[in-house]
Amino acid sequence: MKNKISALSIPRTTLDILLGTTLVVAFTALILLIADAPVLAAFKNICLGAFSSTSKVSQVLSVWVPLVLCSCGLLYSFRVHLWNIGIEGQIAMGAVAAMAALRIPGPHNPTFILTLAFFASMLGGALWGLLAGLLKTRGGVHEIFGGLGLNFVAQGFILWLIFGPWKRPGIASMSGTELLSFDLWLSTPTGWRVASIGLIIAVLVILLSWLILVKSRFGLKLTAIGQNPRAARLYSLMPERYYLKAIAIAGACAGLAGFLQVTGVYHRLIPSISSGYGYLALLVVMLAGYRIILLPFLALFFAALNVGAIQLPIVLQLDSSLSGVIQGCCVLSALFVLGIRQKRKQS
Amino acid sequence: MDVEFRHISKKFGSVTALTDINLTVRSGTIHGLIGENGAGKSTLMKILTGYQSKSDGTILIDGRETQLNTPKEAASSGIGMLYQEPMDFTPLTVLENFSLGNPGRDRSALRLSLKTLSSRFGFSLDPNRCVDSLTVGERQQIELLRLIHCKTGVLILDEPTTGISPAQKETLFPTLKQLAAEGITILLVSHKLEEVASLCSEVTVLRQGSVSHNASAPFHFAELLDAMFGSIPEQKDKDAPRATGAVSLQMENVVATGERLGLRHCNINCAEGEVIGLAGLDGAGQSTFLRLAAGLANPNRGRVKLFGEELLHNSHACRQAQRLQTSFIPANRLEEALFADLSLSDHFSLRDKQDSFWQAKKNRREQVKKAIRTFNIKGEACNVAGELSGGNQQRLLLALLEPDSRLLLLENPTRGLDIRSGQWVWNHLRRKLSQKTTILFSSPELDEILHFSDRILVFHDGEIVLDCSVSETSHGSIAAAMTGATPQ
Repeated sequence: MKNKISALSIPRTTLDILLGTTLVVAFTALILLIADAPVLAAFKNICLGAFSSTSKVSQVLSVWVPLVLCSCGLLYSFRVHLWNIGIEGQIAMGAVAAMAALRIPGPHNPTFILTLAFFASMLGGALWGLLAGLLKTRGGVHEIFGGLGLNFVAQGFILWLIFGPWKRPGIASMSGTELLSFDLWLSTPTGWRVASIGLIIAVLVILLSWLILVKSRFGLKLTAIGQNPRAARLYSLMPERYYLKAIAIAGACAGLAGFLQVTGVYHRLIPSISSGYGYLALLVVMLAGYRIILLPFLALFFAALNVGAIQLPIVLQLDSSLSGVIQGCCVLSALFVLGIRQKRKQS
Repeated sequence: MDVEFRHISKKFGSVTALTDINLTVRSGTIHGLIGENGAGKSTLMKILTGYQSKSDGTILIDGRETQLNTPKEAASSGIGMLYQEPMDFTPLTVLENFSLGNPGRDRSALRLSLKTLSSRFGFSLDPNRCVDSLTVGERQQIELLRLIHCKTGVLILDEPTTGISPAQKETLFPTLKQLAAEGITILLVSHKLEEVASLCSEVTVLRQGSVSHNASAPFHFAELLDAMFGSIPEQKDKDAPRATGAVSLQMENVVATGERLGLRHCNINCAEGEVIGLAGLDGAGQSTFLRLAAGLANPNRGRVKLFGEELLHNSHACRQAQRLQTSFIPANRLEEALFADLSLSDHFSLRDKQDSFWQAKKNRREQVKKAIRTFNIKGEACNVAGELSGGNQQRLLLALLEPDSRLLLLENPTRGLDIRSGQWVWNHLRRKLSQKTTILFSSPELDEILHFSDRILVFHDGEIVLDCSVSETSHGSIAAAMTGATPQ
């Protein structure tokens, strides 16, 4: 029976993804038509912008890495049915914690400092996630509102750091803090724009999350609590505890993304250090139907779209907000597909 | 308006809820409809109010066959229902609630009607007050006035005295009599025999989906109780009472919220080895009692002790109770005890105390297979719990029980099981588990309680009104205590 169901549900998931993608393309085409822009040329440029050269592919990968990390993190919180919208703030606080470690004065071994920043970022993200979790479990604040509020706090905190204690010597600017010394940059292969260690971390996090979520008892417990927290109490499980654990893990993953943004991409702390990858990751996870197997591929699709759309204003003189519009379409399509899936489940 | 049910039947899938109901309610009378939980009262009323369709039969209103397929059709035929929990809109004012469903839109006219109707029945309602600041009794009054204003000819009252004070009851009863005298047909659905006796001129008793008795005033309680709960069954091979030991569960002056009226002034000691049946109508306090003992609810006042240890007054009480080898099986299996989309083996994995990192283990697979065989569960280890039938879900829960439980709390353990499965469950509980285990169970079936327990606690409106050994009591006195009537 179960085999029958899973055999049926795989093509259905594929169908959902196909439907979602078609909707995104159709919506975008419609908007391009309204904007009086050449539709095919625009799509061609998005593809070219994402895959036409090694450098561009590497740029896509540099978006893929934080997207995958955040999406993996979100899988944990979604397992217990928590909407960890605070993931943006968790990336930011991970970046702040990493930066704090990197700014420790005195001559140090770069590897040691980078390792320290690595763990500090996870701790920073986890603590920020935990805060949203505690607001929920202790204060009864819904995680969406708590998370959103904490995102603003984190953003404000970064601005304060950039214009206050961590400002560049002489002048504070929106372009961020002073660049890190070169030995604190994560090494990137020549001609590439993504740190190889970042790719390795992303792949490891995917594998580890698969093991934990699919194969371990901890993953089973998260699933059980997400499905029926009332019943979970009869199995000696305290739902509140697992809410905190799940959101802290999500925060740690997001914090790691923050670490890679600081040490691998921008080499400094900038106001928009999270680049909206947290919100994008929410979409990736939803569109993937909360399955880790599909997650890397959908993250790649979104990363390519994100990078490819940058090409549009340069080549076709289209407004740069178009990529935002496409992402908006993705949100709507994802919600639409999820709505259909929900309805099907209920019937 | 006369209402006549002719050969009404209702089936939910393969389950028959109502069989061939014939019932006539005459215009201008108050007709009582009584029966134990699950007797079919609500289903019959839902059919009359258009919330559920009938499988067979006809409904005649004033001698004409009437289609009541939607609540709207029922309302336009002049059928209105006053629900146990007021179905009103709490953020709106009294006047706004009163105006709902009324054809007129003129506020001043509505205000006048409300005022006239209120004074006629002696209610004092401020039209501008918000409904959420009113008592349940006052909210019922608004609803009643609204229904009268909507020209309701058939008024159905579902347990109208639940949650209202005796003083409010004294206002409500004369009002109902007055309404009946004015020609409105009133159907009173109730558990409380004394109320039915004081209000109704005729009573119909439902039992297991059929009409078991019709009577006109004056009523004989013994007759009605007999019709409600069935005659005393012959008790074959009832197990001898078990030897009792030290105190296992103790409640001292416990006051708690939950269900309709929560639990009040609860003082009780249960000993090891006792099998205690908790009788009472639905929502009389048994569920709250069991949840308090399981640590799933905390008392507002008083103390709950398990094996001499006081339970914490927080969410950790549940784990503490489990540490003290207490197990609880709720009646709503899928809502409260099982995970619909997890497999049987996942359930065993979750129950497993050994904290290994991995889920699947070879010996666990064997353990699950063995449990499926032993407990005769019709399903495989990979089936999800939601796919199992109610009976098999119950077997799964029994299979998941800690074998060395010292206190077993069961809410309606044979719910949805056929007789044979029910016997199998009891055989397992009484004979396979340790003789020192204390078993507390609630059941809507009085026969089950009388047959399987050594001691009985009867709950009525949140209080334990009878505590005695099975050998010292009778079917009649338990049934009377359940309905709040004075034992005869």
